[in-house]
Formats: sequence, C-alpha cells, structure tokens
Amino acid sequence: MTAHLPVLQVLVPLVCAPFCVLLRSRTAAWLLFLFAALASLTCAVLLAVRVGGDGAQRYEMGGWPAPAGIEFVVGAFNTPVLLVVSAVAVVVAVYSRRSVTSEVDARRVPLLYTCLCLTLAGLLGLTVTGDVFNAFVFLEISSLSTYALVAMGRHRRALLASFRYLVIGTVGATFLLIGIGLAYAVTGTLNMSDLARRVADLGDDGGGNRALYAAVVFVFVGLAVKIAVFPLHAWLPGAYAQAPSAIGAFLSATSTKVAIYVFCRFAFTVFGTTLVFGTMPIDRIGLALACLAMVAGSAVACFQTDLKYLLAWSSIAQIGYILAGISLATTAGVSAGYLHVINHAVLKAALFCAAGLLVLRLGSARFTALAGLGRRMPWTFAAVVIAGLGLVGVPPTAGFASKWALLTALVDQGQWAVVAAVLASSLLAMVYIGRIVEVAWFREPAEPGTGPTASKAPASMVAAIWVLVLASVYFGLDATWPAGLADAAADALLANGGE
Amino acid sequence: MIATHYVYWLLFALMMIGLYVVISHGNMLKKLIGLSLFQVGVFLFFISLGKVDGGSAPIVSEDVETYSHPLPQVLILTAIVVGVATLAVGLALAVRIFESYGTVEEDQVLLRDADDREQDGGAS
Repeated sequence: MTAHLPVLQVLVPLVCAPFCVLLRSRTAAWLLFLFAALASLTCAVLLAVRVGGDGAQRYEMGGWPAPAGIEFVVGAFNTPVLLVVSAVAVVVAVYSRRSVTSEVDARRVPLLYTCLCLTLAGLLGLTVTGDVFNAFVFLEISSLSTYALVAMGRHRRALLASFRYLVIGTVGATFLLIGIGLAYAVTGTLNMSDLARRVADLGDDGGGNRALYAAVVFVFVGLAVKIAVFPLHAWLPGAYAQAPSAIGAFLSATSTKVAIYVFCRFAFTVFGTTLVFGTMPIDRIGLALACLAMVAGSAVACFQTDLKYLLAWSSIAQIGYILAGISLATTAGVSAGYLHVINHAVLKAALFCAAGLLVLRLGSARFTALAGLGRRMPWTFAAVVIAGLGLVGVPPTAGFASKWALLTALVDQGQWAVVAAVLASSLLAMVYIGRIVEVAWFREPAEPGTGPTASKAPASMVAAIWVLVLASVYFGLDATWPAGLADAAADALLANGGE
Repeated sequence: MIATHYVYWLLFALMMIGLYVVISHGNMLKKLIGLSLFQVGVFLFFISLGKVDGGSAPIVSEDVETYSHPLPQVLILTAIVVGVATLAVGLALAVRIFESYGTVEEDQVLLRDADDREQDGGAS
C-alpha cells in the first residue's frame, strides 16, 4: 500500500470527481472533496517522511519501467509543493461549505466540487510526474477545470474573465507542448531524468543545438503564462477576483505555485542549470521581469477599489519575489523562492478567505461596502491586517522570513537593482495595506443601513481564516520547518537532478 | 535549409497564422478558431517529427521493413482529446457569454460591463 502512495495522491481526487457528479448531492459532493483533500494531505505527509528518510521515491505507472513507461517521482524538490497544495485544499474544503452555498446556484454546487477535485488531481499530478508529456496532460486537466470554476462566479463578468483565461492559458500550454516536442526531437525521450542525461551528453551549452535552445524558450514562455510573470499576467486579476471566493482562495494559493515548481523542475533538472541560466539568458530575463512585476503589481494594487482585485494584483508582485529568487539559480535564492511559495500560499489563501467572508456578510468586497466596518467586524479585519502585514514583510510575520532570505540571497550575488525593487515593492505594499486600514477604520460607513447582513459569521469560515493566519504567524516566529523544507528542495534541485 | 525542412516552415507558418487570428480578432468564435488552428499546427508538427523516409504506418506486417515512429502519433491522440475538450469549454463559455451579454464581440462585452459599473457607482 505504501509503495503506491505517489499515485494514490493523484488517484483519490481523480476518482472522487465523477462520483461528485453522479451523486448530485451538495453534501455528498462536499464530503467527497473533503475526503479527497484529506487523503492527499495524508499521502503528502507520509511521502514527505519517507523522502526525508530514504531519498526520492519513484513509482512506475502500470509496472512499465522508465524511460518507456511513465514514472512518478517524489523527492525533496516537490514535497513542499505537495504539502502546500493538499493542505490548502483541506482548509479550503472546510471553508467552502458555507461560502459556496451563498455564492453559487444550488444545482451547480456538485459540479463545482467535481471541478475542484479535478483541479486538485491535475495540480498534484503535475507536481509528481516525471514525464514531460504527462506534465502537459496534467497541466491541461487542472487548467480546463479551473476555467469552469472561474466561470461559476456570481457576476457575468466572471464569464469574460474565464474566457480570457482560457484563450491565454491554452496558448501558454500549447507553447509548452511545442517546447516538449522540440526537446523530444533533439533527444528522443520524454522521461525527465532520461532527458536530463541526454541533454547533458550534448555538452555544457547544449552542443550549440538551436532546436534545444528553442525548446527552452518555448517551455519558459509557456510556463510564464501559467505563472503569470509580469507581461503575461493579464488573465490573473479577473480570474481570481471573479471566481467564487473559495475558488479564488484555492487558486491564488496553488495554481501559480505549481507552475513555478514545474518551471524549476524543467530548468534545473531537465535542461540543466548551465544551459538555462548560463548559456541562455533566462536568469537575466527572469530578474528583469521579476523587478517589473514587483513594482508594477504593487503600484497597480494601490489603485484598486475592490479588495479582491487588490489582492490579485498583489499576487502578481509576490510572484515577482519568487521568480527573482529562482532566477538567481543559487541555493540561497532557490531556497528563498520556495520559502516564499509556502508563505505566500498561506498568506494569500488567508486574505482571499477573509475577502470571501466579507462578500458573504456584506454582499461585496468593494471599498465602498467595507467603509467604516473595522469596529463592527474587528476579528475579520484583524485577520486581514495581520496577513496583510505578512505581505508587506513586517517582522515577525511569515512574509518577513522569506523576504529576509530573498534579500540575503540577492545581496550575496550583488543584485542591488533587484534589492531596490524589492524594497520599493514592500513600500508600495505598505500603501495598499494602509488603504485597507484607512477604509475599514477611518472612513464613515457609506449609509447607516449598510453593514453585516448575516447575523453571525459561519464558524467553519472563521476557523479556516484563523488557521491560515495563525500558521502564517507561526511560520514567521519559527521558520525552521518551512525553511528546512525549502533548503532541502533547493539542494535537491541544484545537485543536478537531485534524484 | 528551407527545401529540406519545408514541412517545419509550413507548420510553424500555420501556427503563427492561428496565433495571429487569436490576437487580432475581437470575436470570441474567431478567437477559438484561431486557437484550434494553432493547436492543429502543433499536432502536425509532432506527427511530422515521427515520419521516417520510406516508412510505412506503424502496423506490424510481414512485408514491411521500416515503420514510422508511432510514439508521436500516440501522444498527439491525447493532445487532440485535450484540444477538443478546450474547444468545448471555450464554446460553452461563448454561449454563456452570448446569453448574458447578447454579443460575442469582446469590445461590445467590455462596453456593457462599463455600463454595469457606472450603474453600480451611481447606486452606491
């Protein structure tokens, strides 16, 4: 049984998905998703323990040995991602029960959980797979179900956001497919470790093979769309803000993070660090785009008038921090990137969950609706401010730990321009979090009639928010656990394959 | 270079035509057509990778010596399924957008959204 953990992790949510449709019951569908998320989390924890004990775990699908068969690989480089995705799925499952009923038509609720199961299966599969074509298939499974989830938002604007995401997301995924095709044409294999061996055989700079260079570029651009790297971010604000709140929280914490992991997997363990960051200028491009993302994302966030859009734009800036760490291609930089993946997932999920609670009680997360409610809903706004300070990077929150790690790594490499961008972005983050504080505590309520409608906030939603907020504070006070995971991941990635 | 690799030139031209249609058209159906064209170009690219000169279809038979590479064809079978699913989701969204906005032109949809927002702003 334990030998099958890598595949069970993906299989349980995948098998739960059709049952959600067939049972046609809201409660049954919710229980199935909760079960799938808990099962994935259990698998992830057991796998993390095993990886810590005896190194990378390989699973041959159907007993066909690699490289002919598809294999799943769980190593130190992907256990943090598995843990984050499945843990956030559990919290969102608890949170979603009440949030989804209030925002989505009752007949569509089982379908929503079906798509959520499929998204979870796709994201986890994308993380564990050791085969490049299989990665494309899992990417499309998660993307297609995400488009459907976004389209279930309350307003008709959600449909447009979903359509745009579909068009740009499909172009990105197809770019990835072209890159995989070119890499296959050069090497004749699809297995990641086999690919890495054959690329290394070509020589340090890929033997001057232009098809291989084109493959690296196509893979990088294709994944950059999914990561929402700055100029390719246009789909993100609409998709996160218009999706139902629970979905926004889940996606903001997981989908871009998994795409970042896949980029790391391709860059460090398939094409090789020397080729991607030495021969080709992906490191310089990555750092430049990261700086643009940090400054532009935070600056635009300052001008938003809707809490959800503000959070979505802030995500674009936070992705810049992660990309900057990874583009350094040093152990310290990649480790800082991973640490921020974990911390940002927790912080952003908490903030989107809190925004969802505001939508439930006020009908909207626009600033006009939130004005002056800081005193009447102190706990919700306290959660928003604590997690918001984490985004700014104020000690002792989780954001401080990862930003400090990132700054140290940047200073080590003498990247002063990027350091300046990180600091500028943090100041701008101070401004947009300050705006929330100003709206909630220092503005007069718009009309006396407005205010919390539901008499009490549902306990499940409050619990989910505070679990995430407290986790973020704990990761700020004692970063040994996430930092240990991130360091192990960075070591494994940079130790040429880490397998 | 062009003569020996003319298939790749043609296929990448096809892909770029598809991508250009996606970028240049505001009509959502035309965008989806462009997207399909782009994907079909990629599918043909994969299949042309597996073609062996003088090779026959990869079905075992006694009087055939060389076969074309079957793996790219199998991969593309999967990718075609993904492409069909994407098109189906895209068309379903286009139908929903037409039902709620009465148009599938992106600029018209944006205009109607802007009207919504003005009304929102006036009400609050």
